[in-house]
Amino acid sequence: MAMVYLGPFIFSVIVSFSDNKNLINQPGQIVNSGWTLRNYIYIWKDLPFATWLFNSVVITACQTVTNVFFSALAGFTFAKLEFRGKNLIFGAMLASLMIPGIILIIPKFLIINEFRMINSYPGLILPGMITVVNIFLMKQFFETMPKDLVQAALIDGCNYFQMFWKVFIPNSKPALAAVAIYTFQGTWNEFMWPLIATNTSEMFTLPVGMASLRYELLTDWPAIMAGTILVSIPTLIIFIIFQRYFVQGVASTGGKE
Amino acid sequence: MKRNSSTKKEQQFWAYTFLFFPLMLLAIFVFIPILFSLVISFFDWELMASQQNFLGINNFIEIFGDKIFYKAMLNTVLYTIGVVPIQTMLALFLAFVMNQKIRGRTFFRTAFYIPAVTSSVVTSIIFVAIYSKEGLLNSILGIFGFAANDWLTNPHTALISIMMLNIWTTSGYFMVSFLAGLQNIPNSLYEAAKLEGATKRQQFWHITVPMVRPVTYFVVVMSLIGCFQVFDQVFVMSDGGPNNATTTMSYYVYQNAFRYFRLGYGAATAIVLAGIIMIVTVIQKKYFPPNPY
Repeated sequence: MAMVYLGPFIFSVIVSFSDNKNLINQPGQIVNSGWTLRNYIYIWKDLPFATWLFNSVVITACQTVTNVFFSALAGFTFAKLEFRGKNLIFGAMLASLMIPGIILIIPKFLIINEFRMINSYPGLILPGMITVVNIFLMKQFFETMPKDLVQAALIDGCNYFQMFWKVFIPNSKPALAAVAIYTFQGTWNEFMWPLIATNTSEMFTLPVGMASLRYELLTDWPAIMAGTILVSIPTLIIFIIFQRYFVQGVASTGGKE
Repeated sequence: MKRNSSTKKEQQFWAYTFLFFPLMLLAIFVFIPILFSLVISFFDWELMASQQNFLGINNFIEIFGDKIFYKAMLNTVLYTIGVVPIQTMLALFLAFVMNQKIRGRTFFRTAFYIPAVTSSVVTSIIFVAIYSKEGLLNSILGIFGFAANDWLTNPHTALISIMMLNIWTTSGYFMVSFLAGLQNIPNSLYEAAKLEGATKRQQFWHITVPMVRPVTYFVVVMSLIGCFQVFDQVFVMSDGGPNNATTTMSYYVYQNAFRYFRLGYGAATAIVLAGIIMIVTVIQKKYFPPNPY
C-alpha cells in the first residue's frame, strides 16, 4: 500500500537521474540506463528555474509572515476584546467562508488589474496576505487561554498591543506554527492565482513555471522530472521537520466541525 | 466605575486599530469581489473598454443553452460522485489500519501523507508520465496482458484517470483527519466488543464508523467543495480535452474568462457553480447531519 503512495515519486526520482531521454518509453530499461546529474544542471542553468524559485520564495515568505501576524492579531481581537460591531464583522467573515473561491477569481483579477499590479509582486502577494480560515484558527486558539491574562497584563500596565505581543504571542507557538505551515504549503503550491496574475516567464512561480515546461519540453521527461523533484524538496523538508504540527493542524481543523 | 468605562473605550480603540489592516485586505479581496462578481455577470465585461456593455440576465440565459456548460457540469458531477465516496472510505480504512499497533507506523503515515503536501502541478506532471502511452501504468498492466491505452487522450478514460490521481493525493490528507477522530474513541468500547467476540471487521463497522461520523461529515464537505472546483489537474494533464471530455466547471470558468476573455460570461458560470456547491452542502447538512442522535 505504501508503495502505491510512494511509487510515483520513486519513479520520478529514477527518471530524473537517467541519461536516456526515451527512458519513459521503456521502463523496463530503468536498470540499464546510465546515471547523470545533467538533467538537474540543464533545468537550473538553461531554464529560468532559479528565477521561479526566487519568486516562489519571496511570495511564500511574505504571505507566511503576514498571515501569521495578522491572523494572530485579528484572532486575538475577536477572542479577547469587546467592541461594537464584533458580531456583525465576525458573521460576515463566517458567511464569506461558505462562498466557493472560484467566484472570487475574476473580480480579484479585475481589481488587481485596476491597481496596475498584474505581473508584479504586489499583485501576487496582496490577495493572499491574510485568510479568514487562519483568523478562525487563531481565534479558537486564543479562546482557550484564560481571560485572567488580560486583567493581569492590564494591572501590570501593558497596553493592548504589549499584552498581545508579550503575553499572548509567546504562549501560542503551536497555533502559530500550524498557521505558518499551512500558509507555507498553500502558497508554495498555489497555482490558479499566479497563473492568472502573471503573463511573462520572469514573474512565474515554480508551479506555473513547471506547468509551462510540461508543454515546452514535451517529451524530455528526465528534465521535467528533475524539475518536479526540485519543486517538491522544500515542502518535503518542511513537512518532515514539522510533521507533528501538520498532523495536529489537520486534526484540530477536522475535529472542530 | 470610571476606570471601567475608560478601559472599554480603550479596548474599542485598540480593537479597531488591530482589525483595520486585516479587514481592509479582506474587504478588497473577499467581500467586495463577492458582490462585484454579481455585477460583472450582468455585463459583457471587456478589459480594455471604457464603458461596459450591460446585458441583464443574458449571460445566464446563454448558460442554459450552452452545450459545453452542460458537459462541464456533467463531468464535474461524475468526478465528484466518483472521487468523494472512494476517497473518504479509503481515508477511513487507512486511518483504521494506522491506528492499530503496527511496526513502522510513522513511516507509513508519512508515506500516505506526502502526495497531499506535494504541489498539485508536480503530482499532475508525474501522472502524465505514468499515464502516457508507453508509460509506467501501461507497462505494469502489460505484465497482466492488458492492451496499452493512451489514458489521457482516450475520451473514455481521461476523466477517470484524473479522478484516480485525485483519490491518490487526498486520501492521505483526510486519513489524518480520521486518525484524530479515531484517537477520541475510548478504547474500552473495543475491549468490550472483543469480550463479546466481535471480529476486527465487526468492530470497524459497528464502533469505528458510527463514532467518527462528525469527522466523516467534515471530510465529505471538504472533499465535495474541492472536487466541485477541481482545476489544477485538468489544466496540467488534459487542458479540458480530448473534445471537452475533462472540461470541469472551474476549468470552463477559467477558459471563458482568461482564454476567450469573456469575463462576464465567466463570472456568470462561476456564480452558477457556486450556487450548486452551496445547494449541495445545504442538502448534505439536512439529510446527512454530523450528529444524527
